[in-house]
Amino acid sequence: MANITVNPTRMELTRLKGKLRTAQRGHKLLKDKRDELMKQFLDTVREVRSLRAEVEKELMTVHQSFTVASALMSSEALEQALLFPKQSVVLTQTSKNIMSVNVPVYQFETKTKSDSDIFPYGFAATSGELDTAVDALGRVFQKMLKLAEIEKSAQLMAEEIEKTRRRVNALEYVMIPDTQAAIRYITMKLDENDRATTTRLMKVKEMILQEAIEKKRSADLEAEARYAAGQNG
Amino acid sequence: MATTYRIAVIGDWESVMGFRALGLDTYPVTSAEEAKERVLELAKGGQCAVIYLTEQLAKNMGDVIAHFKDELRPAIILIPGREGPLGIGRDNIQRAIERAVGSNIL
Repeated sequence: MANITVNPTRMELTRLKGKLRTAQRGHKLLKDKRDELMKQFLDTVREVRSLRAEVEKELMTVHQSFTVASALMSSEALEQALLFPKQSVVLTQTSKNIMSVNVPVYQFETKTKSDSDIFPYGFAATSGELDTAVDALGRVFQKMLKLAEIEKSAQLMAEEIEKTRRRVNALEYVMIPDTQAAIRYITMKLDENDRATTTRLMKVKEMILQEAIEKKRSADLEAEARYAAGQNG
Repeated sequence: MATTYRIAVIGDWESVMGFRALGLDTYPVTSAEEAKERVLELAKGGQCAVIYLTEQLAKNMGDVIAHFKDELRPAIILIPGREGPLGIGRDNIQRAIERAVGSNIL
């Protein structure tokens, strides 16, 4: 009920009533959207948490394997072994629409089809630990990509929920009460004007009546006086 | 929307070398500043859909990560480096929940 500077007219009243209806409908829709988004978001977040824990754990074992491999091989040899990748990955990104939030969906394609054919080095000069590490990494990578997808979705959804929540609150606590107050104000003002007009009319009527009575009275008196004069004369 | 994108991995050399064998684009860096530049460069090019970043670097480049949080591309995903997870990735999920719900409910 901050600053109400509205014209207390019927036209404004109709306009405000329309605005209130729209605001209420928008509020209901946005609230539904927020609730549904929240539901989806919480599902996604739960998934992200468990997947992240898995990925982190598996990546650590991969790192361990690499550490062992780098201990067994010289760093030059290791670098050389991994210098030219045999495998290459291309990622296709499409997007999926969840409650008007565009979330990414990733598909990746590898150049070499077989999983066992990814080692870019000969086995003679490298340690077996390296094979284990690369192999494990290849497996954890699928999960990492899925993690990227849902974690990004969660972030984007969080943003959208925040926006929607703000909108819902703005409608609920500012827009709708303000409009209602303005409508009340106009209704009151119009009613007050009506009453003022009625009283004014009553007053005017009374005054006119009074005047007529006075006039009639004076006319009567005059007539009486004339009659009396006629009798005497 | 059938454009193809690259996947980048940024981190210290020991953490990222394995990803090279998988055919990802690896960018070994030594400092957070270098990593920041790399991320911005990759984002500008628009060729990269996913950037994996080690937590060790991520802890010093919160501004860059926050900047790309609301963008569809690139998705910056934190992974533990070889020193082990620092919990930043998990904190980020927590922060996303707080942002959406207004308080931490899980």
